Amino acid sequence: MTAPVLSIKGLTKAYPGVVANSDVSFDVYAGEVHALLGENGAGKSTLVKMIYGLVQPDAGTMTLEGKPYAPTEPRAARAAGVAMVFQHFSLFDAMNVAENIALGMENPPRLADLAGRIRDVSETYGLPLDPFRIVGDLSAGERQRVEIIRCLLQDPRLLIMDEPTSVLTPQEVEILFLTLRKLTAEGVAILYISHKLEEIRTLCDTATILRLGKKVATCTPSETTARELAEMMVGTVLHTPERSGRALGEVALELRGLSLRSPSAFGCALKDISLSVRQGEVLGLGGVAGNGQDELLGALSGELRSAPDMVRMHDQPVGMLGPMERRRIGLLCAPEERLGHAAAPDMSLTENAMLTGSQREGLERRGFLDWGRAQSFAEAIITRFDVRTPGAANAARSLSGGNLQKFVIGREVMQRPEVLVVNQPTWGVDASAAAAIRQALLDLAAGGTALVVISQDLDELMEIADRFGALNEGRLSAIRPTSELSIDEIGLMMGGAHDMAVAHV
Amino acid sequence: MDLSSINLVLLLASLMVAATPLLLAAIGELVVERAGVLNLGVEGMMITGAICGFAISVNTGNPLLGVVAAALGGAALALVFAALTQLALANQVASGLGLTLFGLGLSALIGQGYQGVRPPSFPRLSIPGLSDLPVVGRILFSHDLMVYFGLLVVAAVWFMLKYTRAGLILRAVGENHDAAHALGYKVKRIRIMAILFGGACAGMGGAYISLIRVPQWTEGMTAGIGWIALALVVFASWKPWRVLLGAYLFGGVTVIQLNLQAAGVAIPVEYLAMSPYLITILVLVIMSADKSKAPASLGRIFHASR
Repeated sequence: MTAPVLSIKGLTKAYPGVVANSDVSFDVYAGEVHALLGENGAGKSTLVKMIYGLVQPDAGTMTLEGKPYAPTEPRAARAAGVAMVFQHFSLFDAMNVAENIALGMENPPRLADLAGRIRDVSETYGLPLDPFRIVGDLSAGERQRVEIIRCLLQDPRLLIMDEPTSVLTPQEVEILFLTLRKLTAEGVAILYISHKLEEIRTLCDTATILRLGKKVATCTPSETTARELAEMMVGTVLHTPERSGRALGEVALELRGLSLRSPSAFGCALKDISLSVRQGEVLGLGGVAGNGQDELLGALSGELRSAPDMVRMHDQPVGMLGPMERRRIGLLCAPEERLGHAAAPDMSLTENAMLTGSQREGLERRGFLDWGRAQSFAEAIITRFDVRTPGAANAARSLSGGNLQKFVIGREVMQRPEVLVVNQPTWGVDASAAAAIRQALLDLAAGGTALVVISQDLDELMEIADRFGALNEGRLSAIRPTSELSIDEIGLMMGGAHDMAVAHV
Repeated sequence: MDLSSINLVLLLASLMVAATPLLLAAIGELVVERAGVLNLGVEGMMITGAICGFAISVNTGNPLLGVVAAALGGAALALVFAALTQLALANQVASGLGLTLFGLGLSALIGQGYQGVRPPSFPRLSIPGLSDLPVVGRILFSHDLMVYFGLLVVAAVWFMLKYTRAGLILRAVGENHDAAHALGYKVKRIRIMAILFGGACAGMGGAYISLIRVPQWTEGMTAGIGWIALALVVFASWKPWRVLLGAYLFGGVTVIQLNLQAAGVAIPVEYLAMSPYLITILVLVIMSADKSKAPASLGRIFHASR
């Protein structure tokens, strides 16, 4: 290979109390996809922010195409030929595609001309997009196209992608990969950040692995197993969750023709959903976000009431019961959004433990709160689930995403549920924490709890679920044993196999 | 009751005058809110502008200098708000309310000694030919300059928001400040400039009351126009031309009800007095039933380190 497009030497950045990056060096070459791997908090995002000019390094140098490179703001980075696709899309919902793209350019042409160029580029790279649609109405995959096209219009030398596939269906991921390969063939270098190791093994040419802010290794992902990659990230030997053989008990939870209108204007109504889960069984529900997951969780937790017979537990109608009554009979839920739904961000862990555990753990006495017991309950969760925090008195907000996730899942698991419903249990959680959470869920199932796991991470569902179904526009596909399914079939189920044309937009 | 005493031409002419203070204050606040900042201090900035403009006009004898002083006065008060909310990251609602109370007090203090004084009169438009036209000339072409200035500002704001890059960036900041920051736009700087613009507009709106509409100085003379301006921005769905429509509607109903009062209509005065507020809000509520939404970052505090 020739000289690197981007060369990083000894980059260091410290924040008060933490060293985010310490002496990181690596090179990215033209025409390669270079993966950046690491656990949450390993310093990937800080590193990328330095390359994109959002943060200035304390020490170290960068060279872009042979010239010294020290961007003081994203504008400078863009001018030098560095573009970035953000993990949480940096889009403006109320504006149309062309306006969004104009905002990411230095000298945008007139909107009409820009629209023409957007059409050209989107056709060249197989990413169809109408420049005048309002971004708020687009699907996650289409929104990502907006970001990618915004980058491509500036003829970047280096394209940074921060977890680009976390919101895409397998088919959309394939389209994305094709686009990326086309780009590398044109000599663009791509710096690719992802948690998904299999993806990195298929796509990336080189991988740099970060742990606790330091570079620990550079390797060729296709010659390394996912397990080795994960172990390099974590620094210890990784335990794959083990499924112990177990006998399934009676049907614990049953939905009969559950139909429900969504309370939110942008939500998705549930249409005639029927399923049953037996004791000791894990039912995995996949699907692209916004296809009824939140509504289904609401209907199961009791936040949304339905006709009594639509939700049945141990053959008793429970559709009319509220969340507290359902908790009392052992139907527990851990919703997706950690900050705001599963936990109250500004309340301490003790208070958050009290919020869902008061009934089943006996944390209140004659209407008065027993803070002592709530604290021991919170501490028990912290110990058992290895939540890294100085103590139970810390606010939920102060925990990192992965740690808080361990806490909110642990809080429900520790209450010995008869039926547990979790939505996105390991979203944004690093490999070792995710493995711990999955193991806890499997242990729970082994003890006879019926589990419903709603997730967009298909690998996760394949790993822990006994049976799999997909939600699409509020409908549930046929439920099939996971052992019989391939990823392709799952993709079709998610796209709505009843209407296959939708799947490969 | 004698409705024949109501002169339609005079009524339409005075509608534009009655609407101008509200129009100026509301278009300024519209820009501020489009940038994602909720400044509840409009009333305070208006009254401060009213007394600054009045005092400078009286002392220099130049009403145009007075308007400039009003804009500076309003912007100076807005600068306090900008410092509190953008730099010290204070709560916008509390800071805005504080600003109104502070402005009312400050204006009363400056206004000591200006009670009962008459300001110099304001130049009127006079275009030979046009201004002499019957009816149309009286309604459209013979107002003071500020009426036209107000219309110009609305048109300029509309054009800026819709067709210029500066307007696009301003809307982007109001829509999603984290994304705007990630793209490298200076969220704080843009917001501070928007806040200053809003302050200047509110100040001029206040000065219009003390220099032209009334014209004299009394404490608390803005009488809640600043609050109406805030409501107007919301009910106009953050759209400039709707703000103009709402302001004229409000001005129109105000003028009509004053005329009806004078004509001795057998409706209790209290009902007539509340009618401009009711009708304006009612019409705009009906109009805002479309899908337009508030700027998504409105009132949220921006912290770059997130």
